[in-house]
This record gives sequence, structure tokens and C-alpha cells, in this order.
Amino acid sequence: MAEIEIKTAPADFRFPTTNQTRHCFTRYVEFHRCVSAKGDEAAECEKFAKYYRSLCPAEWVDRWNEQRENGTFAGPL
Amino acid sequence: MILRSLSCRFLTIALCDAAEPWQLGSQDAATPMMQGIIDLHHDIFFFLILILVFVSRMLVRALWHFNEQTNPIPQRIVHGTTIEIIRTIFPSVILLFIAIPSFALLYSMDGVLVDPAITIKAIGHQWYRTYEYSDYNSSDEQSLTFDSYTIPEDDPELGQSRLLEVDNRVVVPAKTHLRMIVTPADVPHSWAVPSSGVKCDAVPGRSNLTSISVQREGVYYGQCSEIRGTNHAFTPIVVEAVTLKDYADWVSNQLILQTN
Repeated sequence: MAEIEIKTAPADFRFPTTNQTRHCFTRYVEFHRCVSAKGDEAAECEKFAKYYRSLCPAEWVDRWNEQRENGTFAGPL
Repeated sequence: MILRSLSCRFLTIALCDAAEPWQLGSQDAATPMMQGIIDLHHDIFFFLILILVFVSRMLVRALWHFNEQTNPIPQRIVHGTTIEIIRTIFPSVILLFIAIPSFALLYSMDGVLVDPAITIKAIGHQWYRTYEYSDYNSSDEQSLTFDSYTIPEDDPELGQSRLLEVDNRVVVPAKTHLRMIVTPADVPHSWAVPSSGVKCDAVPGRSNLTSISVQREGVYYGQCSEIRGTNHAFTPIVVEAVTLKDYADWVSNQLILQTN
């Protein structure tokens, strides 16, 4: 049985409020900007992926992935 | 029934983590936040009783002394500076004494103070909840997610509470900082667990955060607190707090189950 690592996205002082919508969105954008700057395999981008997966509901991520494929994603990529 | 509720209150055989019949007080605190809420309630109750006694005394005295029989000609006092100053300042001081602990508690609740250890997403649906534990994902595919439906009214097993039990409980580790992300997929929902002192509305298109740190192992029950349609009453919340080690075992078991 693989050991489970108890670790999640850290508290972010840009988003100190109850509303964490932007937190999730920002982490998602950060990951994709990181990937487009450093390439698909960049190890330092992986942490952003972990963060947004922890913070974003799966449904949102699916929708955003779809939008990125169609070129209709609203964020600054 | 009342006896049971009283014994639950005063003889702490087992702590109250679910609603009781005829319950008057709060459920027992499982988080520092709930302890704070209960303490604040008691603090404010001190002032409440003070005011109640004072106002009742004035009212009874006025009715006793100043009625038609004992006092046919009323006094015509228009103003009195001293009494006006006193009755303005004194209530403000009382409000101040209520406001200070109240704000302290309020701000301690939403402060981002520590890094949480686990993020759990509670996603409200009509009419069940989906829980996503996405810290263990290695891709956008969800690796650990499950739906939590209520046990129907005609179906509970012996010992289960009617309309409070679910098929899949949220398992969390005790004495660990948790980040709950609350959001719905359709209509506004709410995620509320009284023992944890948490009541977080779920608004479509927005994700709300509430942090909890459950202090003892146990099973905590809550119900939806947002009136939102026909089956509003049938989406309870059950949080099962276990030790960190048991939690890790549970997660790895679930991961094996869900990936196969």
C-alpha cells in the first residue's frame, strides 16, 4: 500500500477571504502559463497543477479544459 | 425523551454530536470555533439576563406605583439631563462588551493563519453531495471522489438516525487543519455541521472556504441550511473524524478501490 502524502495547496495571502473562486482560477491560469513558458514536462509547474486540482471543483476544470481546447478560455494564458 | 436530552446535556456519558429530540442548547463542540461560539453565547447571556432583570424591575415598578388609583395626577417630567446621559452611555458600554469578543471570534474564524493539511471539496447537488479529495490526483481525472446520499426514511438500520445518516460519510482526520471548499453544481446549497461550528453557503459559480480542525474523533451530523426545493430536508451531512493514520489508510483503500 503506497504511503499517502498529506499535503495540499498552502494558504495564499492573495486570497484571505471566504471567497476562494479566484484562488482556484488563478492557480489554474498559473499552471497553464507556466506550461506555456517552460514546456509540458517542466517539473516546477507540477506544484501549480496540484494546487488547482486541490482547489477547483472537477466540473470547473473540465469546463476550462474544454474552453482552452476551443480557444474560448477567458483567462490570460 | 426529555430525560435523555437532559442526560445528554448534563451527564456527559457521550457527547452530543447530532441533534437530539427536545434539545435546547448547542451540540457539544468538536472544534475550537464551536467552543468559541458557545462561550460567546454564554458571555452574551450574562448581559441579556442583566438587561432582562433591570428592565423588568423598571416595568413592574412603573405599573405598581404609577397607576390611576395610587397616582391620579401624573408627573409631567419632560427631560432630565443626567438620566439621559446615563441611559445613552450605559447601553453603549454594554454593546461594546458584547462587540469585542464577538468581533474577535468572527475574525478568528476567517483568518488565513496556517497552511491546511487537506483540502476537501463538498459539492452540492440536487439532492446529494459529492465529495472530492483531490490532493492525491496526478492528473485532471478525479482519483478519489464519491457521492453521499441520505439513507431513505424507510431504510435506516438500528441505531441510525432518521434522515441524518448517509451512505458514504466524509472521512476526515482529527486534530488536523482542514480546508473545506464548498460549492454547488446547480442551485444554492449549504454545508453545515453544528458540532464543528461550520455553516457555509454554497453559491453557484463561487467556491467558499471554511477551515475546520476537529479536535476529537467521532461522527458529526449536520443538515443543509439553505432552503432550496423539494428534497431540501433529505441531504444530511455526516463527518467522521478518525486518527490521521486511519485517514491515510482509508485514503489509500479508496484510491485502490476507485482506480480499479
